Amino acid sequence: MTQFQTETVPVSNNTGEPVIVATDVEKWYDNGFHVLKGVSMTVYKGEVLVVMGPSGSGKSTFIRTFNALEPYQKGSIEVDGIELAHDLKNIEAIRREVGMVFQQFNLFPHLTVLQNVTLAPIWVRHWPKAKAQEVAMQLLERVGILEQAQKFPGQLSGGQQQRVAIARSLAMQPKVMLFDEPTSALDPEMVREVLDVMRTLATEGMTMVCVTHEVGFAREVAARVVLMDGGVLVEENTPEAFFNDPQEDRTKKFLSQIL
Amino acid sequence: MTTATPDTVSTAPEVKRLAIVPWLHKNLFSNWFNSLLTVVVTAILGYAAYGMVVWGFTVAQWVVIPNNMGLFMTGLYPSDQYWRIWLLLGIVSALAGLSWGMLARNLPTLFSRNVLIGFAVVCAGFVLFPPTRPSSPKLLLMVAIVAAMAWAGRFIGRSKPGLGKWITLLWFISYFIAIWLIGGGLGLAGVSTNDWGGLVLTLLMAVSGIALCFPIGVALALGRRSSLPVVKWLSVAYIELIRGVPLIAILFMGQVMIPLFLPEGMRPDRVLRAVIGLTFFSAAYLAENVRAGLQSVPRGQQEAAASLGLNTPLSLTLIVLPQALKTAIPAIVGQFISLFQDTTLLSIVGLAELLGISRSILANPSYLGRYAEVYLFIGVLYWFFCYAMSLGSRRIEELLNTDHR
Repeated sequence: MTQFQTETVPVSNNTGEPVIVATDVEKWYDNGFHVLKGVSMTVYKGEVLVVMGPSGSGKSTFIRTFNALEPYQKGSIEVDGIELAHDLKNIEAIRREVGMVFQQFNLFPHLTVLQNVTLAPIWVRHWPKAKAQEVAMQLLERVGILEQAQKFPGQLSGGQQQRVAIARSLAMQPKVMLFDEPTSALDPEMVREVLDVMRTLATEGMTMVCVTHEVGFAREVAARVVLMDGGVLVEENTPEAFFNDPQEDRTKKFLSQIL
Repeated sequence: MTTATPDTVSTAPEVKRLAIVPWLHKNLFSNWFNSLLTVVVTAILGYAAYGMVVWGFTVAQWVVIPNNMGLFMTGLYPSDQYWRIWLLLGIVSALAGLSWGMLARNLPTLFSRNVLIGFAVVCAGFVLFPPTRPSSPKLLLMVAIVAAMAWAGRFIGRSKPGLGKWITLLWFISYFIAIWLIGGGLGLAGVSTNDWGGLVLTLLMAVSGIALCFPIGVALALGRRSSLPVVKWLSVAYIELIRGVPLIAILFMGQVMIPLFLPEGMRPDRVLRAVIGLTFFSAAYLAENVRAGLQSVPRGQQEAAASLGLNTPLSLTLIVLPQALKTAIPAIVGQFISLFQDTTLLSIVGLAELLGISRSILANPSYLGRYAEVYLFIGVLYWFFCYAMSLGSRRIEELLNTDHR
């Protein structure tokens, strides 16, 4: 019996249970620009999905629809089994389960590092302050910022700020983490410390969707890499196939530009 | 030359300070034109200062100030009830001292040299300045209360820092105690608002107006940015309507027109009407200052708050407003200062606040023509309170600065 079960358990993460299911998502900006032209994508539990694409391809906009930071006009998105309807209650429930890391860090400059991390657990999860601080200190230790806990974000380097931002998102114990170009605003020597944290997260089994241009990171960590261009999903493949044997002309062209 | 090794401590180059004569030569007499300018400007300033001093010591008849000190301070308030005003001043001094002590609890010395000099100047002023001489024992007592409470506040702040937030509550309660002490009732002899006046009335109206217009202004600013069309357009309409009408017209409407609409007995008190007029007027301007602050908060802040699951009210109160108000402090305090000065317009609609009571003093035949003395005196009073607000706002900005420390 048990023998039978273990054999049927899928080896690859790709066939695990879906966490985000986006179907034919279409979006127009207010000025009429058709930015997403029917994008479908499924993110499975425990996998790392890397989204690449030239600027203006709609990749950031697409992952920002996953936690309703961007509204969309057609299609459907389901996160953790909850349909992301335009209902405020649902949206807030989904945002609690989906962490997001921004290109510009977006730390709260008027709060200390520790307060940044404990804010949402205290006010949204209603944890007692002591518990929130304990969890926060553990997370800050994991991202290597423990000794800066009482400082303000403005006193930290960009890499440190981004690591605090990751800890801040993790404090809500999300089921998925979205990374919107997390290293694009960093000085080159700070990219690595942020990628290291992300790599550790991935090996611990966090479900991650990353918009990034870091090819090394994608090759090493990603389960799948997708290319978006002009508001559509062009190609989706394993990192090996994606980088070594791209099928589409647009993928080849994009890779020739960044590699 | 040896190059500095990494472990040697490098110091910033010393800024040279010039002695007086070279400084004068460099800054004021560097060429013939600057020298000429210096001489001419010094002559004009000197002449003006000389004129002021001569006027102040020979022509001016300062007796109008001490003889009417009670009027300046409290208007027609019954003199046998003055103790209530003194008690109020005592409470305010105690709270001010307490707040100062608690805010400054982390400074190494509370009574630094500058503070001691300030105390000495104030005390000397109370003893030597003729207008305050009759009350100087009481005024010196107030200074002693401030100093003692500051010391106590520092002690409390250090042993129990959590008590700091109760100070705000104490100030809030003290406002109602102030109204009770001034107006009477509940065991105290009632004093009609017609007898309220002078500096006490000015301060009371200014404090009430500031305390009321702040929340209304913030609400209007948020309303103007709201995504709900009705809320948005009502806020815009209110702000633009009020900003299009001069304050004096609003005050006249409050004093003259509202009583026409409402039946006798339901008419709000005239001081209350004045405060309402001031509040509604300032709230519209304050809303625009707060809106500027709100616009300075990057969109990413709200997105980050939303992505953490914070709902809109939480995101506004915890993330957006603290940053917006911090940015807007200089503009907001500027609006408070102008509200304080706008209380003078109430003399035109017949309230005996500081300017109003001064005008009635000047109408007294014994003090005919003493305009310069009286107006200079109240000008100094107005300047004192406005400058205090300005200093306070700068201190708050320094306290809230988290960019680098």
